[in-house]
Amino acid sequence: MGPALYGLRVQITLNGESHEVDPGTTIAVLLDALQLRQLRFAIEINQEIVRRDQYPVRELKTGDRVEVISFVGGG
Amino acid sequence: MDEFVLAGKSYRSRLIVGTGKYRDFEETRRAVEASGAEMVTVAVRRVNILHRNEPNLLEFLDPARYTILPNTAGCYTVEEAVRTARLAREAGIGSLVKLEVIGDQKTLFPDVPATIAAAEILVREGFSVLPYINDDPIAAKRLEELGCAAVMPLAAPIGSGLGIRNPYNIRIIVEHANVPVIVDAGVGAASDAAVAMELGCDAVLMNTAIAGARDPILMAEAMRQGVEAGRKSFLAGRIPRKLYATASSPLGDMIE
Repeated sequence: MGPALYGLRVQITLNGESHEVDPGTTIAVLLDALQLRQLRFAIEINQEIVRRDQYPVRELKTGDRVEVISFVGGG
Repeated sequence: MDEFVLAGKSYRSRLIVGTGKYRDFEETRRAVEASGAEMVTVAVRRVNILHRNEPNLLEFLDPARYTILPNTAGCYTVEEAVRTARLAREAGIGSLVKLEVIGDQKTLFPDVPATIAAAEILVREGFSVLPYINDDPIAAKRLEELGCAAVMPLAAPIGSGLGIRNPYNIRIIVEHANVPVIVDAGVGAASDAAVAMELGCDAVLMNTAIAGARDPILMAEAMRQGVEAGRKSFLAGRIPRKLYATASSPLGDMIE
């Protein structure tokens, strides 16, 4: 890819919805932007769990399917 | 002290309650409180990104106070159930999982072969697996043998309120089990919970019977008492059933 594409935003799917993030956005940066109220949550990208120690280093790539889950009422 | 031990932790309460179908989190909290439960089930779902600042369930049910038992409700395949269990554990509330692999939308009966396959994977990965199963003594035995922390036969279909449809099978499961037997699903009234405990089950798990009652808080208290009464009745040892009467009052010294 040539320099013309530099700066293009990264297209991801976040909990089923399309979103765009800046190139180089890590999970940690995404979480910072989301400001989740949930203390207990987990993240999966392309059906693979992302461990917490990977949040600062795992960068989002175009086509990533990101799932952020937490707990709700259930039986 | 009659304690219930599950996955290495002991509990005074033998009632496990679900947290679904309540009007709001405050009602959930009050019902759980009234039930005396020390363990509550929760479901694993996507965070609502648009409404991510709304209060969430665990703000009302402190994981420091309650053992949180995540379920795999809504999963129809081994893969979905295993994936859901892994996500729940990653979220940091422990390694317990209520394993449900549903086989049919109308009855919500479990897919037992798929449940066994998922349990094998999760046990290998170190989960304490609590499988929801039919009232099937053979399935219960298989799941115990592969390392499940308990077995959870249904009383009747989820949310049906039909009570214990097959007490004899539940009794057979109890007699052969070396892990706790928890009746899960189908309870409707406090008497059903008492029957489960009188059959020798270690605990009862319910959600709709409380959440769907006209007065959920009062029903939660009734369920607590039903479970306690049933447990005491079981421990006390009931009299045998006989076809004919045996007088309770002395037969001699009658007036003439």
